[in-house]
Amino acid sequence: MPSIATPDADTPSDVVALFLFLGVAAVLALFATGLTDDAAFRFHGYILMAASVLALSAMTIGVAHGRFRSDPKRYEDGVIRAGVIATMFWGVIGMTVGVFIAAQLSWPDIFYFPEHGWLNFGRLRPLHTSGVIFAFGGNALICTSFWVVQRTCKARLAGGIWPWFVFWGYQLFIVLAATGYVSGITQSREYAEPEWYVDIWLTIVWVAYLFVFLGTIWKRKEPHIYVANWFYLAFIVTVALLHLVNNAAVPVGLLEARSYSAFGGVQDALVQWWYGHNAVGFFLTAGFLAMMYYFVPKRVERPVYSYRLSIVHFWSLIFIYIWAGPHHLHYTALPQWAQTLGMTFSIMLWMPSWGGMINGLMTLSGAWDKLRTDPVVRMMVVAIAFYGMSTFEGPLMSIRTVNALSHYTDWTIGHVHSGALGWVGFISFGAIYCMVPWLWKKDRLYSNALVEWHFWIATTGIVLYITAMWVSGIMEGLMWREYTPDGFLANSFIETVSAKHIQNVIRTVGGLMFLSGTLIMSYNLWRTIRMPSARSSANVPATTIEPQLLPAE
Amino acid sequence: MSGLDYETVARFAQQGGTLYFGAVFIAGVVYALWPKHREAFKRLSHLPLEKDEDEHV
Repeated sequence: MPSIATPDADTPSDVVALFLFLGVAAVLALFATGLTDDAAFRFHGYILMAASVLALSAMTIGVAHGRFRSDPKRYEDGVIRAGVIATMFWGVIGMTVGVFIAAQLSWPDIFYFPEHGWLNFGRLRPLHTSGVIFAFGGNALICTSFWVVQRTCKARLAGGIWPWFVFWGYQLFIVLAATGYVSGITQSREYAEPEWYVDIWLTIVWVAYLFVFLGTIWKRKEPHIYVANWFYLAFIVTVALLHLVNNAAVPVGLLEARSYSAFGGVQDALVQWWYGHNAVGFFLTAGFLAMMYYFVPKRVERPVYSYRLSIVHFWSLIFIYIWAGPHHLHYTALPQWAQTLGMTFSIMLWMPSWGGMINGLMTLSGAWDKLRTDPVVRMMVVAIAFYGMSTFEGPLMSIRTVNALSHYTDWTIGHVHSGALGWVGFISFGAIYCMVPWLWKKDRLYSNALVEWHFWIATTGIVLYITAMWVSGIMEGLMWREYTPDGFLANSFIETVSAKHIQNVIRTVGGLMFLSGTLIMSYNLWRTIRMPSARSSANVPATTIEPQLLPAE
Repeated sequence: MSGLDYETVARFAQQGGTLYFGAVFIAGVVYALWPKHREAFKRLSHLPLEKDEDEHV
């Protein structure tokens, strides 16, 4: 029997490197778990240790069976299949938590559990936001980027086993973040709640992601880099930068979960919203625009409307977005000129956003009939329409006088959800509906009718959601500024809360409908994966395939 | 601190920033419209349409 614990000369170097890295991680986790007095920190130490040991065991078995020898003639699609499953899994969880906290706001008498702190709105709200943004959206971005970069570079993913590290490392980040939130570990920075040690873990995973992506571009067979890859690259690089700066913090101790931010006062607020708004711009926009620029042309079989416009779209979007953050801090201690700067750049963002929307929509010119015949195309087109709508609404809300009414109200929540459900959700659903038959070698989805159901239920849900939030947001904004003839505020805060009850109920129904659509989609994808394979070419060994051959139709 | 007071730095940032962004935007547009790039862009825009769903590179 070969010595399977020590990698031999045949073991690829990327596997050896991952062995060493995981070994170090396991030892660090062991020390942290053994020495700390902080129960929550110890719990996370156990999780990291268990994950490292599981990964080491799986890799040992894999090496013993001669796995992990990557074939440069084949694309690495396994990690994308895993990413699709993870996307849907976290999507269902994140949206379920969203519906639950919406129900808490609608029926606080029923859904308030004072004896279970972890079920409180304050703990579950970051679980929902991180669940849908980072777990659902992040997995969708990672798996589609792995698909697009391989196909448009005509090269297998770089890094051997490391794309798998990116995938599992990212899932571990999600688990650490989510368990931290419910047990009360938080930095209290919106969309950056995980504490310092989880941030370090995400940094490692993200750098590995950057190297895998850049490495694949580096060894591309195509002389040029397709525009979608530029958007993905901007997403990866900028998110790394935002994450590192915003999470700069000093831990209370190396064996404690708590930390203090490196910034204070208004600088802290500015850094947070520089991060927060660019999380919208680069995580929730640039990466999903990359999906649009690949999957929409592919699905409608038309080249992108204007490749030139896509270049102008890219450079103006990334150069303008980075300055828009201060519009989150109108009427605060932030200097007025900085607020005006953020507002001005937000308004300028109209142009690249709408240029991109037009570019996406006009890609359908000559193929508009597909809107009627292909529900997946319709889903992506509605996504682009929501992109246009929410990027119109956003600059409007960034104007200081409009913000005076909209800020801190449900209008903001409605705006975020028209972008998140309509744009991010639908473009991801569209991309996944495209990829699943390709990845699992099927000639079609299990049921187009179910896609229709998903589309209409989810669209109706979004409309209910955002209209309810417009009404409640503007109503509470007006109630907050209502004065009596004597100059006193007319409404107490709780009156403005109870006035929103019916809108909160409608929002819960809308969210439930969106979640139902996602469940229908999960079922449809599950049945698609379980269908008998359409293409027999998948079983032919790679060595017998000439690159120029096409699979039999 | 002669010369580097708040007003000077702010003016430099505002005017310099305007020029810088204007230059970057013009450079982007010139790059996009440069006639020599037409062929490459045309080829690139057809890249997603290739039959690339198979596992083989």
